[in-house]
Amino acid sequence: MALLDAKNIYKSFGKTEVLKGIDLSLQKGETLALIGSSGSGKTTLLRCLNFLETPDKGTITVNGETLFDASVQKKMSDEEIRQKRQHFGLVFQNFNLFPQYSVLKNVTLAPTLLKKGTAEEIHDKAVSLLESVGLKDKMNAYPCELSGGQQQRVAIARALAMSPDILCFDEPTSALDPELTGEVLKVIKQLAEENMTMIIVTHEMEFARAVSDRVIFMDGGVIVEEGTPEEVFANTKNERTKQFLQNYRQNEY
Amino acid sequence: MLSFQEQLPIVLNSLNTGFLKTLYLFLVTLAGAIPLGLIISFGSMSRFKPLAVLTRTVVWIVRGTPLMIQLLIVFYFPGLVLHNPIWGGDESGRFLAAAVAFIINYACYFSEIFRGGIQGVPYGQQEAGQVLGLSKRQIFFKITLLQMIKRIVPPMSNEIITLVKDTSLARIIALQEIIWAGQSFMKGSHGISGQIWPLFFTGIYYLVFSGILTVLFGKLEKKLDYFKT
Repeated sequence: MALLDAKNIYKSFGKTEVLKGIDLSLQKGETLALIGSSGSGKTTLLRCLNFLETPDKGTITVNGETLFDASVQKKMSDEEIRQKRQHFGLVFQNFNLFPQYSVLKNVTLAPTLLKKGTAEEIHDKAVSLLESVGLKDKMNAYPCELSGGQQQRVAIARALAMSPDILCFDEPTSALDPELTGEVLKVIKQLAEENMTMIIVTHEMEFARAVSDRVIFMDGGVIVEEGTPEEVFANTKNERTKQFLQNYRQNEY
Repeated sequence: MLSFQEQLPIVLNSLNTGFLKTLYLFLVTLAGAIPLGLIISFGSMSRFKPLAVLTRTVVWIVRGTPLMIQLLIVFYFPGLVLHNPIWGGDESGRFLAAAVAFIINYACYFSEIFRGGIQGVPYGQQEAGQVLGLSKRQIFFKITLLQMIKRIVPPMSNEIITLVKDTSLARIIALQEIIWAGQSFMKGSHGISGQIWPLFFTGIYYLVFSGILTVLFGKLEKKLDYFKT
């Protein structure tokens, strides 16, 4: 059974249809790269999974439990949404660290407020997560004292501290200077090797190719192509995918 | 006629009493205007359009007319127009009327500062709290509030220092605050008359008080300097 099953997801903003029937499933331990040009609906899809947007149609199932079903009329309570969204973690493009808290407190805040263990357990877990992203020595620094790459690594540790089943990345390196993207991508690669289940929206094609088990190319709110990195990047038969990858390569120079 | 040395303690005694009234009005205004201002700011940001329009209209009227007129209206309107003198004619009634007028006036100014502070906190902060599973309450108190406070400290300190001096407007309804006390020595009080220096001397009180506030707000600002938003 798939860990995540999203079926027939539709989402419009006003008259603009952003998602037009997305079917997405994900096995435990799988790393999925979502690629496509800006406006293709990748980010909206991630936001739907994290309950930041409500799909107009469709269902979202995790581990056999239906988290969302648009055909059910009853509006979910805040409490319900809070429970359900904990299956997912989200790393933002702009990090969104809490500026008034130290690095360590950024990581421990949510587990502490939501009583995910004793203070000691939460602290120890946070320290080991910070160690794994290479920032144990910055534990007591404030976000404004860190580089963008370091901030993003803290944001990854913060998301992992809530032990999500699926970690989503929304263009995690788009706001970074080119020389800082490497350190963030390395952390994500390391998570992939540890079999963390991940969905990564990215414009880093080489990275997507290297790190993912499966690639989805989206365009105009639909999934155009889906396959292994090899199938999509090297041997695509699809004209639109070809076009996209070609434009992308041209823009590199 | 009393010598200056003899006048001074009498005058200071009287000014001190007046200043206590000034201070009291200042504190009561803050205590009332800060929560009311927060409520008004929520009203002006409401997604329920009629409420937002109504609140913004009230804020426009209150900020667009002199506080002195508002004081006179609040104090005299019930008695002279409605023939229902709710304030009574004594000092405590005048204080109550002054406090009501000041609270309404300052709440409207504060509400605009609060609105700027709330809207200035990036929406991503709320979303980051949401995806971690925090409740709206936790997000407001643990994430947004301090960032909002940091943003509003400089404009609030400005407004609060203006309030120190605006309290003198309560003189217009004969509240016995420090200006009233200083002025009383012109027409005669405690055996002293025809003296204008006590009135001028009240300026020192305002200067010292606003000086203390400036230092305190400076310290608060510095305390919040450890993070950037």
